[in-house]
Amino acid sequence: MGKYTLFQKAGLYLAVLIFMTFILLPFLEMFMASLRPLEHLFRSPYQFWSNDMSFQAYFDIWDTVPMLGRYIFNSVFLASVTTLLCLSFVIPAAYAYARFHFKGKSVSLGLFLGVNMFAGAVLLIPLYKLLRSMGLLNTYAAMFVPGAAFLVPTGIWLLKSYLEKIPIELEESAWIDGASRIYILRKVVIPLAVPGLIVVGVATFIGAYAQQFLFAITFNQKRELMPLPAGIFEFVGYQSVIWNQLMAASIVGIIPVLLIFLFLQRYLVEGLTKGAIKG
Amino acid sequence: MTVISKNSKSSSKWREFLRSRTLFAWLLITPAALFMFLIVGWPLLETIRLSFTNAGLGGEQYIGWDNYEKLLNNRKYPGIVGRTFYWMFLSVLLKMIIGTIGALLLNAKIRGKAAFRVMVMPPWIVPMAIGCIGWLWLYNGHFGILAGVLMRLGIIDGPFEFLAYKSSAFYSAVVTDVWIGTPMISIFILAAMQSVPDDLYEAAYVDGASRWYRFRRITIPQIMPVIVTMSLLSAIWTFNSFEVIWILTEGGPLGATTTMIIDTYKMAIANYKFGYGATRALMVVLSLAVFSLLYLILLNKINERYKTK
Repeated sequence: MGKYTLFQKAGLYLAVLIFMTFILLPFLEMFMASLRPLEHLFRSPYQFWSNDMSFQAYFDIWDTVPMLGRYIFNSVFLASVTTLLCLSFVIPAAYAYARFHFKGKSVSLGLFLGVNMFAGAVLLIPLYKLLRSMGLLNTYAAMFVPGAAFLVPTGIWLLKSYLEKIPIELEESAWIDGASRIYILRKVVIPLAVPGLIVVGVATFIGAYAQQFLFAITFNQKRELMPLPAGIFEFVGYQSVIWNQLMAASIVGIIPVLLIFLFLQRYLVEGLTKGAIKG
Repeated sequence: MTVISKNSKSSSKWREFLRSRTLFAWLLITPAALFMFLIVGWPLLETIRLSFTNAGLGGEQYIGWDNYEKLLNNRKYPGIVGRTFYWMFLSVLLKMIIGTIGALLLNAKIRGKAAFRVMVMPPWIVPMAIGCIGWLWLYNGHFGILAGVLMRLGIIDGPFEFLAYKSSAFYSAVVTDVWIGTPMISIFILAAMQSVPDDLYEAAYVDGASRWYRFRRITIPQIMPVIVTMSLLSAIWTFNSFEVIWILTEGGPLGATTTMIIDTYKMAIANYKFGYGATRALMVVLSLAVFSLLYLILLNKINERYKTK
């Protein structure tokens, strides 16, 4: 359907190049900075390439911040628990909104979506009190409980619009054939919903992983429980910043989630497309 | 024949069953609703209560509307509110424009598009705090690549600290925020573009419609619902954006990047003025509620106009 002309093609690739440069420049800069010896990092004028670059910082980070490995583990662990907790609330609610007509449906759905308006930063003080009274301060739960809560509304919205696309007739015909409700849920609804569940799961995991900073610095003071986004600032001292190691640790720290994502990404775009998210 | 009529009868019964199960539906929703009440509802009520007290480290006392009066008489506050809305409009506008262009590029039939679709994601999936660390170094006036390239090109004569001056710090923070927000918008719009039926484009192509015409008359209307929803969500998230500003500038220099959320955090957490901070937190919520309401009302008006035509 309408081949590109050579000129259009060149323009297209140029635009992709510019767009990708914008997206990837900070990572390139992080990588370049991680390769420079600290004393040569502060060298003017700017040099893109120099001969003294090495991977030394990648070995040093583990000595400078001995808990780094723990921080990386904490991050992935917290994001996983947050996602599971969030989904356990999202799945039943989204199913109810997608399949039933009931009293208070639009009002309650509106209230759920309204929660989006409250960022964690607005409610920090009462949340702090709440977590303290439940004895959860300085535990993993202090980070994953509020973390999960703020991801529930978007999860319900995403999964609901996906489930609505599954034809109700399939459930009907199973019902006619005499299947029980539980059987229908297990054998008809859940298998069909798997791509949608993956989309919502991946999106929730990303959200949970990306937003660990604020709750971690506010509700947790135990170093061994810190997630990477908070723990990484140990490379920032009172006097100076060990920039090359900070960059190296950042890159090492994001590799696990990049690998997880690389494995799951094909489901994301595919699942989003099939679900055809509508407002 | 009898079998079919029996089938359709029980089928309608099934529909009836699904539609009338208010109790069952609420059973499914209750856990989520209770969880939301605990983590968002109760803290909101508590914030409202605190806003009428002088709560701090030394206990709390009911002081009526004093905090509100103090805030209304605060000469700096209107500037912060204005800055927050400017921050939101500018950042969301750029995110939507760049995000849509990105989606178009990722949707084009070019070599390596599968790889590009993966490469666009990192700013979204990497923790915000870590993305911001990369930008901190980028914005470094002496050793960062931005200042380095600008110096080589002769656009600036000497080192330029992007985060040290009022307006450059603000726009630098906007760029970083746009960088973080764009991939998600690109992917959602890409998904919407892919779900547009191919026959629409084929029919238009057969009729001799140009690529631009097809984009304007088919793509844009088909992806509009997603753009409208994403704009509102993105606006809310951008309004509440905390990490980017906090890590890049902590609201400085001289308050140039202090948005309402940063201001609230500083008042409540850094200065331990819980009561006065709660009043400011409520202003954030109130502003967003009014904004969202106006957005939805405007949207309804536009929809109605299209329907009557």
